[in-house]
Amino acid sequence: MRKQISRRDVLKSSAALALDAVFASPVRAAAPEPTAITPDLVAAATKEGKLVFYSSMDLPVGEKLGKAFETAYPGITVQIERSGSERLFQRVAQEYGSNIHAADVINSADASHFIPWKKSGWLMPFVPEDVAKYFPDSYRDPDGMAVTTRLWLSSIAYNTNLVKAEDAPKSFADLLDPKWAGKMVKGHPAYSGTIMTTTFQLVRELGWPYLEKLSKQRVMQVQSSTDPPKKLSLGERAVMADGNEYGIVLLKEAGQPVEPVYPTEGTPTISGPTGIFAGAPHPNAAKLFQAWLHTRETQQFFVDFTGQYSVHAQVQPKAGRRKLSDIKLMKEDPAGVEAMTEEIKTRYARLFRV
Amino acid sequence: MTLTTSPAAKPRIDWTRPVLWLFAAVLMLLILLPLSWLAVYAFTDKNRHLTLQNFVTLFSNPDFLDPLLTTAIIAVTSAVICCAIAAPIGWLVSRTDMPGRQIIRALVTASFVTPPFLGAIAWELLAAPNSGLLNQLYRLFAGEDADALFNIYSLTGIIFVISCYTFPFVFVLVANALDTMPGELEDASAILGGNAWTTARRITIPLALPALVAGALIAFLQAMTLFGSPAILALPAGFHTMTTKIWSLFQYPPKLELAAAAAMPLLLLTIPLLQGQKFLLGRRGYSVIGGKYGAPRRVELKGWRLIALGFCLLVLLNPVFLPYLALLNAAFSPNATTLVTPSTLTLHNIVFVFTELSSTQLALKNTVILGTATATIGTILALVIAYVTTRRAIAGHRMLGFLATAPVAVPGIVLGVGLFLSYTRPPFVLYGTLWILLLAFLTINLPSAYQQLQAAFATIHPELEEASRILGATRLQALRQITAPLLRTGVIATWCFIFIGVMRELSAAIVLFTSQTKVLSVLIYDLNEGGDLAAIAVLGIAMLVITFAVVLAVNQIPMSGDNAGAKLRNG
Repeated sequence: MRKQISRRDVLKSSAALALDAVFASPVRAAAPEPTAITPDLVAAATKEGKLVFYSSMDLPVGEKLGKAFETAYPGITVQIERSGSERLFQRVAQEYGSNIHAADVINSADASHFIPWKKSGWLMPFVPEDVAKYFPDSYRDPDGMAVTTRLWLSSIAYNTNLVKAEDAPKSFADLLDPKWAGKMVKGHPAYSGTIMTTTFQLVRELGWPYLEKLSKQRVMQVQSSTDPPKKLSLGERAVMADGNEYGIVLLKEAGQPVEPVYPTEGTPTISGPTGIFAGAPHPNAAKLFQAWLHTRETQQFFVDFTGQYSVHAQVQPKAGRRKLSDIKLMKEDPAGVEAMTEEIKTRYARLFRV
Repeated sequence: MTLTTSPAAKPRIDWTRPVLWLFAAVLMLLILLPLSWLAVYAFTDKNRHLTLQNFVTLFSNPDFLDPLLTTAIIAVTSAVICCAIAAPIGWLVSRTDMPGRQIIRALVTASFVTPPFLGAIAWELLAAPNSGLLNQLYRLFAGEDADALFNIYSLTGIIFVISCYTFPFVFVLVANALDTMPGELEDASAILGGNAWTTARRITIPLALPALVAGALIAFLQAMTLFGSPAILALPAGFHTMTTKIWSLFQYPPKLELAAAAAMPLLLLTIPLLQGQKFLLGRRGYSVIGGKYGAPRRVELKGWRLIALGFCLLVLLNPVFLPYLALLNAAFSPNATTLVTPSTLTLHNIVFVFTELSSTQLALKNTVILGTATATIGTILALVIAYVTTRRAIAGHRMLGFLATAPVAVPGIVLGVGLFLSYTRPPFVLYGTLWILLLAFLTINLPSAYQQLQAAFATIHPELEEASRILGATRLQALRQITAPLLRTGVIATWCFIFIGVMRELSAAIVLFTSQTKVLSVLIYDLNEGGDLAAIAVLGIAMLVITFAVVLAVNQIPMSGDNAGAKLRNG
């Protein structure tokens, strides 16, 4: 029961936001029939009893998601393996290279990872009903190998105790001002998929000279894009040069002294697709999770709770939060990231010396 | 002196030799297999064609030379600091009447139990230039705009943290040596008119020297191959050490050939170091337990007693009191670097770690299983090798001694690669199981376990065993009835040493773990990557509690021949 999705179906979706072609149109698409959450699926998943989810989401956010799934389907425990996406990518390669299939489902902050995984045949085609109905085609793999679960931004931000609003940087160019030397923190593209994607977009829009100048500003270097917001709220540094905007939004809502800045050049945008591994040790639990993760309820819960964005057509933005359409976004280009990954890692390491 | 062996023991087949050969073979496999794979990778390219290109790349590239230099500076400085701190404290605790000696020992153990990566994170909480608690305190007095008093994200910061958690290695060796030193020699010196300084110079220091030199060597090698502290601090500090550089070579696509080549200089450096140690110590006899001897005599400090205690406590502020206060504060505070008050106190972090964090239980279980298994197997292995090398029981004992010490020069992270290369292909496919971690931890901890037990053996003169054998006991009987009771303290210490070593180990685990074989250290590293400091604080404290509970429990275990040991000691 495999349904051919027509070329027209695939093409008609290019209107979505500024982000075209997270998933390139294939020569021949062959996604499987959409699957609903049936009692049979739930029973088979419960029998497996476990789900291993590799994810780069901020840990409290990811664990909350896992607990929500455990509550929805008692009898299945979720184990979350949180790490930077670039490290997860390396781990998956290392594990698969040794024939170890530990991961069921993976959500990466670097959409380009799904290109080699798909090529290697490591992914299992699976299309949840909600994805077929409500997700724009540009945010799902035409063969059903992955779907964009979440969108988020990598913004600038500052600590309001240390920087006055009028002095805060407004653009990436402002970060090169000598007054910010030694006062910034940022993530690392060799560990974080968010920062890899961000660096790619910055290089494309502003060129390597921008990063070269930034590297002379004595920036405190951390690994994950989830860390800079925390270092900012501790007051360890005054300005965040890149990192998860949603971390800043959540900390601000929790009363911490942080404020996001959406740079005038545009804000780097990241989409995080989720896919199931063909060798998943718990394939039914994986399917159930993938289907549950993309329902309207879960996506709404996710948006409300994690401060990120959903491409599910029925999900409403949370009141009081900035809408994605109000922010000038930088374009995504996973194929471009894939082609440039090595160059980014090498040149970045040379510039920032770590 | 009480000997329990009956002189009428029947002559039997001596199984000792085959058993010893078996252990030797296991050791050869354990060490040589990963090292051989490393050598193969270091000297070949991707297609396994012979090449020296890896070394050319390594030594012509400042990206590698800078970390090499940084590492050399860190290793030398840390070793010097460790000796300078550990020797006086060891002497005070072991040979003087300073009050609170047991407490000081326990506190040194506490700093030893603290994994270097955890210590580094705790010191981030204390001495990060802006948010660090100590710097906040300093700014209360010096004004808000004052420059940071401490900056942990610096070379000095890293050397400081490494020394904090490496000096116990030196302390243990020095204190053990001083503990077992007979008082008669010092008494004799005093009777012959030597004053305190002469006695120290002519008797105490020369007798303690082997331990100090061994300690310096261990400290140097530990600091050189340490991954934990640099992994936390080097990236924000903006430079690489050799180990963090090697770790960065694992980023996709992994450059295993370069990583293997980078380990070679470190491995080659060990050989002269070990030879040097032998040369320094080789010509003197250090058998200090031979038949009767008296309990060590304590030096009376008189008015200096409290000053000495103050000095010890001041030193121990750095590895123990301050870091654990910072961790406790972070565990109960909503914000990791804000001092907790009764009104802000929260249990949220504890609830999160033990009910929401899905890897906690698995990591706890794996760590305890691995710690216990590695300590037990490792102690037995080290015991046999130490026996073989000190008693020269089989041919090639020198080689065995070298093999048992060789892993000390291989950074854990590189050993991890060697093990990965060895145990992902037939005949031993172990990756993805706890076995590969067991082998890694065993190999990593073997050198210090072996050093410690060898030192223990070296201080027991074979004349006691020989007496037993002359009286008709087999070699195994002699070992069980004479040597084992004398070694009790050493064996228990070694077991604890290895158990703690497993808790501290991050570098090989980070290469070899999978989601089902995760250990606490890797979990903490991952949490640090995402900046989840509060969760780290809770896990770190839990880790310390577990380790202390296990160490205390093990020290309560009665061992066969305990009484004999006591009687022997009291002559």
